[in-house]
Amino acid sequence: MAAKKKLSFEQTMARLEEIVRLLEQGDAPLETSMALFEEGTKLSKELNTMLDSAERKLAVVSHDEEGKAVLQPFAEEA
Amino acid sequence: MAVGRTYSVTQLNQEIKGLLESNPSFRNLFVQGEISNFKAHSSGHLYLTLKDAESAISAVMFRTDAMRLRFQPQNGLKVIARGRVSSFPKSGQVQLYLSEMMPDGAGALHLAYEQLRDRLYREGLFDEAHKQPIPAFPHCIALVTSPTGAAVHDMLRILRRRWPMAEVLIYPALVQGREAPASLVRALQAVNRDKLADLIITGRGGGSLEDLWAFNDEAVARAIYASHIPVISAVGHEPDVTIADFVADLRAPTPSGAAELAVPAQEEVREACAVLTRRLEQAARQRLTHERLRVDGLCGRLGVQTPVRYLAEKRQQLVQTEERLKRLQTGMLAERRLTVDLQIQRMTRALQERLAAERARLGRGCAALDALSPLRVLGRGYAIASDEAGRAVTDSASLAPGSRLQLRFYKGSASCEVREIQKEN
Repeated sequence: MAAKKKLSFEQTMARLEEIVRLLEQGDAPLETSMALFEEGTKLSKELNTMLDSAERKLAVVSHDEEGKAVLQPFAEEA
Repeated sequence: MAVGRTYSVTQLNQEIKGLLESNPSFRNLFVQGEISNFKAHSSGHLYLTLKDAESAISAVMFRTDAMRLRFQPQNGLKVIARGRVSSFPKSGQVQLYLSEMMPDGAGALHLAYEQLRDRLYREGLFDEAHKQPIPAFPHCIALVTSPTGAAVHDMLRILRRRWPMAEVLIYPALVQGREAPASLVRALQAVNRDKLADLIITGRGGGSLEDLWAFNDEAVARAIYASHIPVISAVGHEPDVTIADFVADLRAPTPSGAAELAVPAQEEVREACAVLTRRLEQAARQRLTHERLRVDGLCGRLGVQTPVRYLAEKRQQLVQTEERLKRLQTGMLAERRLTVDLQIQRMTRALQERLAAERARLGRGCAALDALSPLRVLGRGYAIASDEAGRAVTDSASLAPGSRLQLRFYKGSASCEVREIQKEN
């Protein structure tokens, strides 16, 4: 299951790191710097949202006659 | 003493050697025994004696074979060795010429393991270059393992604690017994076909060498190698390393260890995000400060104050100007009022003078008029005669006897009738 979200957690975090690096370099024009800051703030919020809303999906896989995967709930130990 | 063929010693020893070597079973046999009199020669050849409770036999292992030994032979060690029987012609001594040797405890299993390991290594299945990187934040993890037992539950618990964002799919497989290798291979191939996961963990909890033998199986090794999805091996059996461990993209000592390697800890990730956010804000603040300082600096160099101070000054000046203006306006108004008043006065005087002059003229005119006034004449005894039409009569010729005449005196008037006309002569 590839990431169907707009940007995966990994990509979002990588972009935030890049923005911080660019801002810390300090040689971007002021307009650009403020735009970067805005984007960075948005990304930071998204990361926290993703962390907070993790669903913890679990299933056991079997296959039908056609070989397609069939997911069924799996009972975890408490 | 009857004398048959007489051999020289050399001939005899050669015969013995020939006899030994002609025996097919002696060309390749396994011998089990204990090492004694072990000597590792500087040439690389090994000399030893193999013995059991009652007997002993000399043995030698030449350098090329000795190099491939996976253990260090020593006195007292029980071994199984493979080799051929012959003799050393110089001494006539019967010897074992050993090609392989291994510790007896492991037995054939161990030998098979080592041989497979070496063969797959030479094929390149363990190459670092082939190994795939493990995703830093996996989206979906496939567990190829037994769905029962401590191992799978340990992994689930740790995965959930550390990184609940990752989905977990269990692909059940047998992890011991004769059916285990085929079961593991099927599961590994299914994960690759389904393409739901981006990481595989395969393994089992601890056990004996026989228990985890499936993870030394060649087919399992090749299935791991062929996997497009990265594989973490998790066979709990320290210190020995299974072949699955060698082939896997990453090796963990236990299933729990594998779960820790597979995903990051969410608290650490949260902290990393917080740090990034702080750095972001810090960097933005510094950028603004830097900009402000730069502008201040430029203004300083231009001999101008900073925009803020400049504006404040300008505002102050403006206020002062406004007040001055207000004061001026009030003063000016007073002045203007004065001027206007003066003008009004002047105008009024002028008007009055005109008025007086006109009045005087009028008076003079009236007097003149008065002098000419018929009323004055009437006062001297004259009378105005007007005919019936009201026209003043100036010529008696316009009259006829009997016409009526109106006479106006200074005071009063009379109606008259003409008796007689007298002409002017």
